[in-house]
Amino acid sequence: MQLCCFLSLSLPRAGLKQGPSEHIDNDHETSLPRPKWNNKAEYLLTCIGFAVGVGNVWRFPYLCQIYGGGAFLIPYLIALVFQGLPLLYLELAIGQRLRMGSIGVWNSISPYLGGVGVASMVVSFCVSLFYNTIVAWVLWYLFNSFQEPLPWSQCPLNHNNTGYVEECVESTPVNYFWYRKTLNITPNMETSGSLQWWMVVSLATAWSIVYICFIRGIETIGKAVYVTATFPYLVLTIFLVRALTLPGAYEGLIYLFTWEILKNPQVWLDAATQIFFSLSVAFGGLISFSSYNNQKNNCEKDAVLVGVINSATSIYASIPIFAILGFKAHTNYVSCLNGNILALTNDFDISDMNITVENYEQWFDSLNGTHPSRVSDLNLKTCDLQTFLDQSASGTGLAFIVFTEAVISMPGSQVWAVLFFIMLFSLGLSSMFGNLEGVLTPLHDLKLVPKWMPNELFTAIICLLLFLMALIFCLGSGNYWLEIFNSYVGSVPFLIIAFFEIIAVAYIYGIGRFSDDLEFMTGHRPNIFWKVCWLVISPLMLFVVLVAYVAVQAQTPPTYAAWNPDYVNFPDTEVLPYPDWVFAICVLLSSVPVISIPLVAIYRLICCMSGRHSKDSLHNDPNPYANEDYVVERARP
Amino acid sequence: MLVWILFLLCQVGAPALAQDLCQRDAPNGYKVRISLKTALGEDAYEWNQSEMFFFQATMAFAMRRHFQMETYNVDNIILCVQTSRVSFWFVVTSPDNTTMLIPKADVEKAVRMSRHRINNAFLLSDRTLEFLGIYPTLAAPVNPDTPPWLIVFGVVIGAVCVGIIALLISSLLQKRRKEKGMTEDGQDEEDMQVKGVENGINLDGTYNRGFTDDDRFTKL
Repeated sequence: MQLCCFLSLSLPRAGLKQGPSEHIDNDHETSLPRPKWNNKAEYLLTCIGFAVGVGNVWRFPYLCQIYGGGAFLIPYLIALVFQGLPLLYLELAIGQRLRMGSIGVWNSISPYLGGVGVASMVVSFCVSLFYNTIVAWVLWYLFNSFQEPLPWSQCPLNHNNTGYVEECVESTPVNYFWYRKTLNITPNMETSGSLQWWMVVSLATAWSIVYICFIRGIETIGKAVYVTATFPYLVLTIFLVRALTLPGAYEGLIYLFTWEILKNPQVWLDAATQIFFSLSVAFGGLISFSSYNNQKNNCEKDAVLVGVINSATSIYASIPIFAILGFKAHTNYVSCLNGNILALTNDFDISDMNITVENYEQWFDSLNGTHPSRVSDLNLKTCDLQTFLDQSASGTGLAFIVFTEAVISMPGSQVWAVLFFIMLFSLGLSSMFGNLEGVLTPLHDLKLVPKWMPNELFTAIICLLLFLMALIFCLGSGNYWLEIFNSYVGSVPFLIIAFFEIIAVAYIYGIGRFSDDLEFMTGHRPNIFWKVCWLVISPLMLFVVLVAYVAVQAQTPPTYAAWNPDYVNFPDTEVLPYPDWVFAICVLLSSVPVISIPLVAIYRLICCMSGRHSKDSLHNDPNPYANEDYVVERARP
Repeated sequence: MLVWILFLLCQVGAPALAQDLCQRDAPNGYKVRISLKTALGEDAYEWNQSEMFFFQATMAFAMRRHFQMETYNVDNIILCVQTSRVSFWFVVTSPDNTTMLIPKADVEKAVRMSRHRINNAFLLSDRTLEFLGIYPTLAAPVNPDTPPWLIVFGVVIGAVCVGIIALLISSLLQKRRKEKGMTEDGQDEEDMQVKGVENGINLDGTYNRGFTDDDRFTKL
């Protein structure tokens, strides 16, 4: 209910002190009570599982590696405290208080900002599309890990069994398995290729597993997260123990402990964006999860717990990752040296195993001194451990290329491969819960679900729709499209949404009202730290990060790295510019989700200016504080 | 006397002749490279004259096996240019005429045929007992009828489908039980219906005029 018009955007405080009564828990069209968590542990595990995703394993260690662990942790922790935790607390609090999904919540706070909820839902929808494709890739690798030998450990033979496949020989077996056997990637984006049936099968499996966890809503999710949220920690610990015993682990771990002066301003931007995307705010999923809570729940503790555990997981995951990367660098270094040793031994007919890795330098110097021309004719490779250590990779490159290569050299490769991919699968699946929840709950709250349709059927329809749309990522050029979605949908729209979220709550809803709500829920008012963050620091940081991110993106030319076997410099990837129509799609992907924010505001303005208090306004902003049904009618005198 | 001199010459000349036939980069010879320590590590045996004799015998066996007609002997395998690597060159002479060398191609065929036996005789492999110029045939890949990943996929998707069906059926059964329970309650309600006031289970919160406090304000 609005006190008129466009001048005053605040809602009346009517009914606040009465406190909400039980009936507003109900869904509006059925008399079913709102679902709620079985116990607090399920709720916390779900939130932690949502926040802790594959990015904690394959993005954070990469950033530590390129900036130096010690140097990166400082801006990372500062961003966590001043940007991540306030946003997290805010989302959990408003979800718990207003007891609705993202669209309902933002409609309640201000009808003009209802677009924020719509934007959240659209972005969650797009992210669900490509995120589950990554889960499908993980499943594919998991299925293939049950073989001896691992299929990415050696090159396959060509047609007439005379030699190995040329593409594999020129690059590496691991690269070949990823680009050819998994993706069957096309040389550029214009060539779409065909649907890869094995990818479709994996994608169907991924969506089926997501569906089975969503069948009964949070009842089944709550059971599933006992496994999906805790299993990664078990695997990380196993890997930690194993990795620390591998040779070369120590050299890899040095990266975590390098301290450098924070010269590069880019490190602040990367830290802020990393903490922001890592916590999964602005998806709407966290709002949905906390809306199923009891109102008298201490969401301040929950927020701090989830945020701290998320960052701790990132740091904890870096240790085995770096150890394994160090092991891989060491293995590469030793095999490079062994290649040189073999060449020298064969050419100079030196006794077998006289030249070893330890005395290689002395032998090389003495042979080079006596027969320099012969030595140079051998074209020995320069083997530098530091070069191998500096090779870094993030994202799918880390998981499917670097790590799979390291696993081949570990004894008992199948076990480690299976464990690793199950861990990635659990991480991805628990994040998918939040992604999909950010789509389903607003649709329920918008009352778009016909009354005759049971929830299971509705969830099935949404999953089927998402699966069919995600089939574009199963084409030959699917990986290129996924990168586009990842960079353009999974970045700027979130920053914009989060910025509007915090402005809405801090300035439009009012920090005073919000403090009252928090007092009602947690029993005490928020202290000065939270207030200062919500009012000043977090919006400022978000704004600066948004502007800086857009500026950096604008400076990087819109290109992509294509895998083209016919390229001159193959196995290097060919850098191609985006075609114009693809670039137009990129711009659309960035802007369409957030365009709902101004659109809904304008629409509400027009409605309000024309003076219509239509039924829609009552329908769309179910203000829990104004309940006309209990107005006491004055008796007529 | 003359006969004795000729005999002496033969004794001296034959090895010299043999040496001429076998030399580094001989046109019909092959270089062999053996890496004992790489293959056997601690259990590596020492490469001495007896091993060389064994190699000659193995090669003679390979030649016999391939040609099947002629009788090759250890004398027909001539070794030279030994290094400590261990590597050496060898040539094969014809059993009928010791000055005639068997062509390279025939030797290659013989080696290819018996490669596995030669390797096993020395406890080595294709990689550690190399005949330079004779490339080992690549092992044919093991192609199972059903790819293993398909089996794992089948298990997973089967379990998921069973789970989905089970959960859907149990949801349906739960709903039916609830509906049965509710209709039974509804029937009881109708029986106990009190006139006037309907205190329903429905939680719509519609205004119930029965509870208006009309008497709050005294009438004038």
